[in-house]
Amino acid sequence: MKNEERHHRAVDELYKIADDIYNQIDRGQIPKMSIPLRSKKNIQFAPRKGVWKYGSMHGVRSAKKMTGAYMLLRTMYMLEFIQGMVKDSKSSTLREMYYISEGWGNAKFGSQDESNNLAEDLEIVTTCMREDFKLRPEEDGARVIGNLTLEEMNRKGEKKKINLRDDVGDSGYGIPFNVEKDKITLLNTDAKFIIAIETGGMFDRLVENGFDEKYNAIILHLKGQPARSTRRFMKRLNEEMNLPVVVFTDGDPWSFRIFSSIAYGAIKTAHISEYLATPTAMYCGITTSDILNYDLPTDKLNPQDIKALESELTDPRFKDRFWKDEIELMLKIGKKAEQQALAKYGLDFVTDKYLPEKLTELGILQ
Amino acid sequence: MSAESIQCHFQDPHTTLGDTMTDIAETLAKQQKEISIAEFFEKNKQILGFDSQTKSLITAVKEGVDNSLDACEEARILPDIYVELTETEKGEYKIVIEDNGPGIVKRQIANVFGRLLYGSRFHAIRQSRGQQGIGISAVVMYSQLTTGKPALIISKTKSEEVAHFVKLVLDIKRNRPDIIEEDFRIWDGKLHGTRIEVHVKGRYVAGKQSILEYLRATAIVNPHVQITFKDPNGGTISLPRVTEDLPKETIESKPHPEGIELGQFMSMAKASEHRKLTAFLVNEFSRVSPRVAKEICDAANVPENRSPKRMSLEEASSLLKAIGTVKIMAPKTDCLTPIGETLIRKGLRNVLEGLKPGYYAPPVSRSPSVYSGHPFLAEVGIVYGGQLPKDQQVEILRFGNRVPLLYQQGADVITKAITEVDWRRYGLEQRGGKGIPFGPAIILVHIASTQLPFTSEAKEAIANLDPIRDEIVRALRLCARNLKTHLGKKAKRSKTREKFDIVQILLPEIARKAASIVGKPVPDLGKTVTEIMNVVWIDDNIEYSKRRHKVAIRIHNYMSTGQKFNVHAVVPGKALDRKRIQPEPDSVNGDKLTWNLKRIPSTEIVTITFELVGLDQDEYSDTEIFISDINHASVIGAEPLPGDWDLDGTGQYSLFSFGDAADEDEVEEIEEDDDENGVDYDEQTEVISDEE
Ligand SMILES: Nc1ncnc2c1ncn2[C@@H]1O[C@H](COP(=O)(O)OP(=O)(O)OP(=O)(O)O)[C@@H](O)[C@H]1O
Ligand SMILES: [Mg+2]
Repeated sequence: MKNEERHHRAVDELYKIADDIYNQIDRGQIPKMSIPLRSKKNIQFAPRKGVWKYGSMHGVRSAKKMTGAYMLLRTMYMLEFIQGMVKDSKSSTLREMYYISEGWGNAKFGSQDESNNLAEDLEIVTTCMREDFKLRPEEDGARVIGNLTLEEMNRKGEKKKINLRDDVGDSGYGIPFNVEKDKITLLNTDAKFIIAIETGGMFDRLVENGFDEKYNAIILHLKGQPARSTRRFMKRLNEEMNLPVVVFTDGDPWSFRIFSSIAYGAIKTAHISEYLATPTAMYCGITTSDILNYDLPTDKLNPQDIKALESELTDPRFKDRFWKDEIELMLKIGKKAEQQALAKYGLDFVTDKYLPEKLTELGILQ
Repeated sequence: MSAESIQCHFQDPHTTLGDTMTDIAETLAKQQKEISIAEFFEKNKQILGFDSQTKSLITAVKEGVDNSLDACEEARILPDIYVELTETEKGEYKIVIEDNGPGIVKRQIANVFGRLLYGSRFHAIRQSRGQQGIGISAVVMYSQLTTGKPALIISKTKSEEVAHFVKLVLDIKRNRPDIIEEDFRIWDGKLHGTRIEVHVKGRYVAGKQSILEYLRATAIVNPHVQITFKDPNGGTISLPRVTEDLPKETIESKPHPEGIELGQFMSMAKASEHRKLTAFLVNEFSRVSPRVAKEICDAANVPENRSPKRMSLEEASSLLKAIGTVKIMAPKTDCLTPIGETLIRKGLRNVLEGLKPGYYAPPVSRSPSVYSGHPFLAEVGIVYGGQLPKDQQVEILRFGNRVPLLYQQGADVITKAITEVDWRRYGLEQRGGKGIPFGPAIILVHIASTQLPFTSEAKEAIANLDPIRDEIVRALRLCARNLKTHLGKKAKRSKTREKFDIVQILLPEIARKAASIVGKPVPDLGKTVTEIMNVVWIDDNIEYSKRRHKVAIRIHNYMSTGQKFNVHAVVPGKALDRKRIQPEPDSVNGDKLTWNLKRIPSTEIVTITFELVGLDQDEYSDTEIFISDINHASVIGAEPLPGDWDLDGTGQYSLFSFGDAADEDEVEEIEEDDDENGVDYDEQTEVISDEE
C-alpha cells in the first residue's frame, strides 16, 4: 500500500470507532469499546509466523466506569487529532502528542505511557500501524557498527550510501525510527552474524576490541528494551541478508524479557509481532549457568527480580525447557550478574574467550 | 490474690471449723507467725501498683482521685478536684489531693487512711471505683516506707463547724493507724470536703502513662468532673466540667444468683437469718421471685423449707446447678452506671485533641449480664479515619467503672476481646485475623460492674473471664458493624459520585466529540445517563443554628423508570418539631418516622425536611435512613428497613437494638457492578510497561 492510501485507510478506521460510540449513545446505550487483552494470558503462538500474537480474549472499555469514560474521551480527542494531522499533511512524535494533550482538558493524559498505550490500542483495534496515524516515536539512537552497506533516504529525498563500519564514527550508525524499504535499502555485507548487546558499556568494549572485524560480526546496541525500529532493523537483516541474530545481555530477569521480545514478540506489540520479531534469534548469555560456570561476580536478586522471574514462569513464551531451567536455577541461587561482570578476568576475556566459546556452542562460529 | 481471699486469710479469724479441726489448727497456730496484711503488702508492693518510681506517683494520685469521685457521686455532689505535685527534695514529691466531697466523720478518718482493708464498699453490691478498702491506706503506707513522713488529712463534713486535722502513720505490724497529731482547723470557705497530703519517692513524667493522661482520661468518661492539676514544673492544667448532670445514682443491690460461687453461696447461707430455703433465695438474691425460688428447689430436688444454715454441701451444689437451668431475669441495671452513647462520643472527641476523625461509629452499650453473681456491662465506642494515623496499631482506651486503665494492657480482658475479633471484616487491617488491628481508629471500651474482677489489687487490668470477654466481643462486633455499614455506605456513595462525574462531565464531552468527528448532531443523553447511574440516590444535609437542627433528606431518582417506595428515619422523637415536617409523614411512632412516597418519575428529585429542637450540635450528626418496598441494592444512602422495626411500640426504639445479628455470619453484599460485558480493559492487573 502506498503511504497516502495507508493514511486514508487509518482515517476511515478511526471514523468507524467514533461512529460506533456515537451510535451507542444515540441508541441510549452506555458507550463502550472492545479491545483484545494485552496480557500474557492472551498471547498465542502463531506457528506459521513463528511468533506470539494476541489471542481471542477481549476486554471492555466502558463509560460506566470512571477510567473507561476517561479513556473513551481521550480516544475521541486522539481520533480528532489524527484526523487533523492527515488532513493537514503533518505528523508528530508521540511525545509531541502527549504535550499537545495537555490542552485537552478532561482528556489530558497523566503520563506519556498512557498516551503511547492508547495509540497502541488504536493500532490494535484498527489493524493500522501508528505511522499510519502520522505518529512516530522519538529517535532513540540505537547504534550499529559492522561491515554492512545500506542506502538511506536523507531529508532532502536523496539516497545516500553508508557503510556501517567505514562511514561512521566510534559510536556507530544510528538506527532511524523508520527502517522500512522506502527509507532504507540493504545493499551488501560480509558479516556472518549480528550480535545484539544490551548495555552501552559492552557495546563499546566489543568495538574497542575490534570484535566486528575479527569475527565478521555486526555489533548492535539494543539500549535496554529495544525500540520497534531496532527490532524491525534486526528482522530485516535477518531475513534479507540471512544473518543469524545473537542476543547478548545481562543475566537477570529483565534481560530475559529483552530476548523474548526480540525472538518471540513483545506482549505490548503482539499485534505486529510478525513485523518485529526474529524467531530464529539465539540467546547467548549471560545465562544462569554462565554465572556458575564462569564463577562471575553477582548481585542478590531483589524482591522485584524474584517477582519478575516468577511471573516469567507463567509466561507462555518462556515455556520451553531451556528457559524453565534457567529461570528456576536463578531463583534457586538467588543471584544475577551483569555483562560487565566478565571483566573480572580482564578486558579481553569477553572477546577472546567468553564469546568465542559461547558462539561456538551456538554453532555460529566453527 | 483477690480481695476476698485476703479477707478470709487475714481478717476473719472466726472461721467455722469443726471441733477436731480446731485442735489441729491450735497446734499449727503455735508454729505460725502472724503475718500482717500490711507486712504482706510491704513485701509485695507491685500488687498495689507501686512497682516503679513513675508508676508510684500515678498510683498515689489515682487512689486519691478515685476516692474523691466515689465520695462525691455517692453524696450527689458535682466533683471539684484539685491535685498538686511539688518536688520537695530530689526524687521526692509532695502530693496533695483535695475534693469538695461529703468529708469523713472524725472517728473514721484514722481508720480510712491508716488501715488496710478498711472501706465502705467492700460488701456493697454497687458500682463504684473503690471496692477493696486498700487504695488510700496503701498510699499512706508507701509514703511512709519511702520517705518516713506521715500523711496529713483535713476533712470537714457539712454538719460540722470546723474541719478535722489528722497527722498519721500506719503501724505496719498491727495494721492500725498511729496518730501523731490531731486537731481542729478552720477551713477557709470550705463547706465540706477532704484534703490529703502525702510525701512519696518517685519520678514525674509527662506523656503516655502519666498523671496528666490519667486525669484526662478520667475527665473523658466523667464529664461531670472538674479537675485542676498543678504539676511540679509550675504549670496549671484545668480540665473543665462538660456537663452538670451527675451520673445516674447507683443503687445497692443483692447478688444475682447466676454464676455465684459455691463458697460464697455457703457462707451467705450460714449467715442467713431466714429459716426457709425459699425465703433465703428470695430475700438475699436479686431477681429471685417466690416462683423462681420454688423452681430452683424443685429442680435441685431440695425441700423448699430446708433451713439454709443446715443445708449440706451436696444440696448447695445441686442448688447452684439448678440455678443454671432455671430462667432468671437478668440483674437489675440500676446498680450500674454506663457512660452512655452521648458521653462516649464526647469523650472520644476529647481524646482526639483537635485531630479531625472521619466517623464516630454509634457507640454500643450492652445491657447488663452476670459473671459469678455480679452484674456487669460492656460499652464500646469507635472513631475512625480522618486525620487519625493510618499505619499503626489502633489506640485502645480501657475503662473499668469509669476509671482509666493505663497499665497491663496485654493482660486485660478488653485487649483479649479486641484481639479475638476478626477486624478485617470491618475494614481494619489485622495480620491473620488475630491480634490488635492496625488502622486509623481509636477503640474505647468500658466495663461497669458491682465487682470488677481485677487481676491484682492495683486494679490495672480486668481478668480475662469468659462471660465478660464474650460480652465485650459482642459489643465490639456491633459497634464495628456500625462502622462497616458506614464505610460501605461511603464506598457506595463515592462510587456513585464517580457516576455523577461521568454523566455530568465526561459523557457529554464524549458525545460532543464523537458527533463532531462523524459530523452529526449531538445525540440526546437522557437514556444513557439513567443506564449509567441506575440508582436512587438519597443524601441528608443537616444545618445547625439557634439550637435547631434543620434536616433535609433529598431523594434523586436516577433510574430509567419511575420509582415508588417508603422512606423511614430514626430521630430523637423528644426533640422533633412536629409542626415542621415536610411532607407530613404517614406515621410517627416515637423516634420512628415513615413516609409512603408518591411515585418519583425518572430523573426527578423529592425532598423531605424536618427540624429538631434543643439538642447540642453533636448530639445529632447523621440521619439514619431506611427504605422499604424497593430493591435496596439500587438505593444509595439508605439501608433496608430492619426486620424488627415494628416490634418496639414503646417509642424507646434504639438503633442498636438490632439484636445480636453481629454474631451471625454476615452476608457479603453482591457487587452490583460485575459487568455482563466481561473484563474491564483498563483494570488488567498485569503491567506491560517493561517492554519497549
Ligand atoms: N475523699 C474521700 N471522701 C470521703 N470518703 C473517703 C474519701 N477517701 C476515702 N474515703 C472512704 O474511705 C474508704 C477507704 O478508701 P480506700 O481507697 O482505702 O478503699 P476503697 O476506695 O473502698 O477501695 P479500693 O481499695 O478499691 O480503693 C472508702 O471506702 C470511703 O468510704
Ligand atoms: Mg479507693
